[in-house]
Formats: sequence, structure tokens, C-alpha cells
Amino acid sequence: MNDINFLKKIALQVRKDIVEMTYHAGSGHPGGSLSAVEIMVSLYFSVMKVDPKNPDWEDRDRFVLSKGHACPVLYSVLARKGFFSPEDLKTLRKFGSHLQGHPSRLKTPGVEVSAGSLGQGLSVANGIAIGAKMLNKDIRVYCLMGDGEIQEGSVWEAAMTAGHRKLDNLVAIVDYNNLQIDGWVEDVKGLAPLADKWRSFRWHVIGIDGHDFDQILSAFNEAEQTKGCPTVILAETVKGKGISFMENKAEWHGKAPNRQEYIEALEELGFLKGGESID
Amino acid sequence: MIKEISEWSMKPGRDGFGEGLLELGEVQPKVVVMDADLSKSTRTNWFAAKYPERFIDMGIAEQDMLATAGGLSMMGLIPYTATYGTFVTGRAWDQIRTTICYGELNVKIAGAHGGISVGADGATHQALEDVALMRAIPNMTVVVPCDAEECKKATIAASEMYGPFYFRFGREATPVITHENTPFKIGRAETFHDGEDITVIANGPMVAEALKAAYILEPQGISVRVVNMHTVKPLDISVIIKAARETKAIITMEEHSIIGGLGGAVAEFVSQNCPVKMKIIGTKDTFGESGQPDELLEAFGLTSEHLIEEIKNILKK
Repeated sequence: MNDINFLKKIALQVRKDIVEMTYHAGSGHPGGSLSAVEIMVSLYFSVMKVDPKNPDWEDRDRFVLSKGHACPVLYSVLARKGFFSPEDLKTLRKFGSHLQGHPSRLKTPGVEVSAGSLGQGLSVANGIAIGAKMLNKDIRVYCLMGDGEIQEGSVWEAAMTAGHRKLDNLVAIVDYNNLQIDGWVEDVKGLAPLADKWRSFRWHVIGIDGHDFDQILSAFNEAEQTKGCPTVILAETVKGKGISFMENKAEWHGKAPNRQEYIEALEELGFLKGGESID
Repeated sequence: MIKEISEWSMKPGRDGFGEGLLELGEVQPKVVVMDADLSKSTRTNWFAAKYPERFIDMGIAEQDMLATAGGLSMMGLIPYTATYGTFVTGRAWDQIRTTICYGELNVKIAGAHGGISVGADGATHQALEDVALMRAIPNMTVVVPCDAEECKKATIAASEMYGPFYFRFGREATPVITHENTPFKIGRAETFHDGEDITVIANGPMVAEALKAAYILEPQGISVRVVNMHTVKPLDISVIIKAARETKAIITMEEHSIIGGLGGAVAEFVSQNCPVKMKIIGTKDTFGESGQPDELLEAFGLTSEHLIEEIKNILKK
């Protein structure tokens, strides 16, 4: 229980970071970052073996952010874990910053894969997982995708490869927040029945509430126990989660809060209660 | 440096690739070979037969193959992907750009069936834009070996440098003009025949055509320098500057479109640094078509005869 309280505390800080980063940047992707907060905090603060002091540690678990636009949540989690100073977060998207608008593995400590053009991360994760098996390395690979993203055909090429090769050291997570830039995923190009799709590609499927730490942690545990096939976690989430005026609104996919919205968001998260200034 | 023309033998570039991989299999345990259901045609089946645990057939999924190769390289392995040049540089261009080149990953990309000489399969399978597509991406090295022997050397040399690497070779048997001891270094052009009137900068099987032209023109009093510019990126600019200074014109020749390939690369440099008369020989802004390799090469102007005409034309001007 203490563990979960600890994770919740970090999640709150990460939500604040996401709002703050995109406010200072004047652009960016808060919606799909906020929906993935609990998943990302679970991975970096409970599930994965990583060492912020040694980001290139050979035996670390690997995380691939395939939905690269959600990098604010990745940057915040990496900073809070100690990969770099949280002070850097305010430089997101600014000229000369190591925090690019979409992730660059050469610039940011802890970022494994450069991504931004969708639908490539699962193949990269497969490659890491296949390589780990070839080299007899006991590491696990995690790949986070968006639900809109899996409209990309290359995702299903990768899904077929992982199923065919029985990559049980691999876990894919779909941030199933039901929204993409142009609107509801079901209206643009529906995914249902999504669990059946993955099952038919020879994957073990776990459906969870993607904001519930108990369910998230138990899903990752179940994935680790599952042998002979890869696991996908379909995480039902809310786009913009935690900031009520952003929740379930496609327009918050790629828009930064203005000053007033920023203040409102911080107040809702429970910051600024003592009347402190944002500047 | 190279063989006498009487000693030229015939061999497909792809056989050199297959042999290079076999040699690497023995000396470099990190090499992993991947194919997209064309292993017999690309000759990766030779490696697969000997090193099955280091061969991955990805099925007909080029985009998946390239990004997966990226992941393998992140584990310290050296993946070689093989399929036809048209398919890999077209279909998987985004994976090559974003995952591999922007991420600076150590992936070696072999483009088989380069050029018009693919023959009967026709336009869909004849890679004529691949060099342009690969050359435009930062961090990429692009090599077009002149024969099977050089293709073998390029295959091995690719494993000795870090970074994204594209090389392309043909389907048909073409003259083997180099021997084991002919120097080959990525990024360094070799002058295969010296001359004072004009320089032909060629790569791939067009180097042999250029040499033939030089040998034919010599007794006619026209002295042709022939440069094997196997590495299109990074270009060996010292050889170009020398050619511009010492000879009256530069002709480039490649089994590729005249847009964006070797000719484009040389022209970009020459026009800005050492302007001299230039002619770019390659396929025009058009697709290929079905036919016998020889008749296609002739129809598309990729022969020594056509080169001789162009040399005479440009020297007259």
C-alpha cells in the first residue's frame, strides 16, 4: 500500500511537470502524456531494472516509446528518476535543449529510441527482444503505443513477428484513450474488437484500467509469468487524465495550456493552494 | 591496380555480397543477417545455410525488418538486411530515416537488383532512385561497388565502421575488373585509368563501361581518366577537384536515374567549388521496362558506345 502511495505521489508530480513543460514550451502533447502517467510511473519506479547513474548499463530493461509525441511524460519520469535534472524540463522544445519535441536517443539520457513517426517502435522492441535472446541476456522489453497509432500497418507486421517468434521477454502496452487528433478512434477508424486482434496474432492479452496502479502492477507481473508468447496490455485510459478541462477532448492532443489554463490545471492538481505564484 | 581487360571474368554483384557474408560469418560473431523472403535471390541463403542461428527471415515485411534491425543493433549486434533496392529504400524509407539514421544505429542495408539490368521483371523491380533516396538522409553512407569482388569487400568493410550503411549491387553477371589486392576503402575513390583530356567518374558496372571507352579512345588520341567513385556519400572530393583542374570536363555514369545519384552528388560539388563542363549519364526521368539486360542497357544509353559519343560531344563544345 505504501508502495502505491509512493507511486501516486510521483504520478501527481509528473502530471504537474507535463502541464508545466507544455505551458513553457507553448506547444506539445499533454493529452496523450497525461493518459500514460500511471503506466510510465509504474514502469520506471517499480517494474523495470534501470540505473539512472548508468543509463547505458548493459543489463537494463529497455523501454521504447513508440508514440513519440508523448515524450513529456517520458522526460518527466526520467528526470524524476534521476537521469537528468528536473530543471531541464522547462527547456522542452526550445532551441539547444536536449529535450526535443519528439524523442532523440542521441540527445537525452535514458531515451532508448528516436521516435516520432508512428508505428515503428514495436519492431524496434522486437529487435531488442530477439537480440537479448540471441545473446542469452535476461532483460525485458517494454513498448508503449497509442491506440490511434496502431492504425499504422507496420504495427501489425511487428505484431506478427513477435507472435511468430514467441517473444515472451516483450510487453506491449496500448494506451487505449479512445481519441486521436481527428476525433474518436472508433469514428476515424475503429479498432474493436482489439483484444481479439492481438489474440489472433498469437499474443497474450490483458485488459486493465490504465490509471489503477494495482491493476497495472499485477498486469506487468502476469506478463512476466507468461511464457511462450508476447503479452500486450490494453490499458483503458482517459486522454488528458487529471485535468478536467482536458479530459476526453481530442483538441488537447497537441495543444499547450495558456497562462489561465495552466493556473487552473495546477490548482486542480492541488498545487498553488497556498496562493504561490507560478512565475 | 586492376585486371587487364583480357582477364575480366563475369560474375553477379550479389554473389560477392553472399561471399562477403560467409566470410563475416566466420570472423564476426556479432553479424546477424535478415531477409524479407528473397534470400535465394539476394544470396543470403548461403549465410543462412551455414549460420542458421544468426539468420532471420522476416517474411514479406520490409518496414518491420528495418526497424527490427535497429533494435538488434541496439543490443550491440551488427544486422545486415537484404531485399531488393526498390523495396527497401522505398517502402522502409521512413524506418531508415527516423529509427536508423536519426537514431544513428549500426544497420547495414543491402539493396539487391540495382539498376535497369534487372531485366525482364521490369520497372517495379529495377532500382533507379535508391541512391538518391538514401543519399538525402543525414548520417547515411552510400556505396555502389563496381563488381562482385568489390561488393564482397564492401560487405566486409561495412562491418568495420559504425553507422547506417546502404550498398547496392546488380542481379546479372557483370565484368569483374578488380582483383583481391585492388585497394578498397569506404570514402576513397580510385583512379583506375589515368588520362588528361576528360574524366569519367562512374560506379557500379558502369566503371567497366568507362574503362572500355577509355581503351577504345586511347589509340584515337583521346585520353580518358576513369575514376571508380564507389562511395557516393561521403564523396571523395579531392579526386573531383583534381579532375576539374587537370582535365577539360567531367562525365558521370551510373546505372541509376540522372536525378539525385552519383551525377547529382558530383554536380552539387563541382558547381559550387570547381565549375567545369559536366555531363550526367544515367537513366532519364523515366521508369525502366522489361527486356533483356543487354538490350535495356543499350536502350537506356548505359554502354561504352554511348559514353564514347558523349565524350566526343563534350570535347567538341
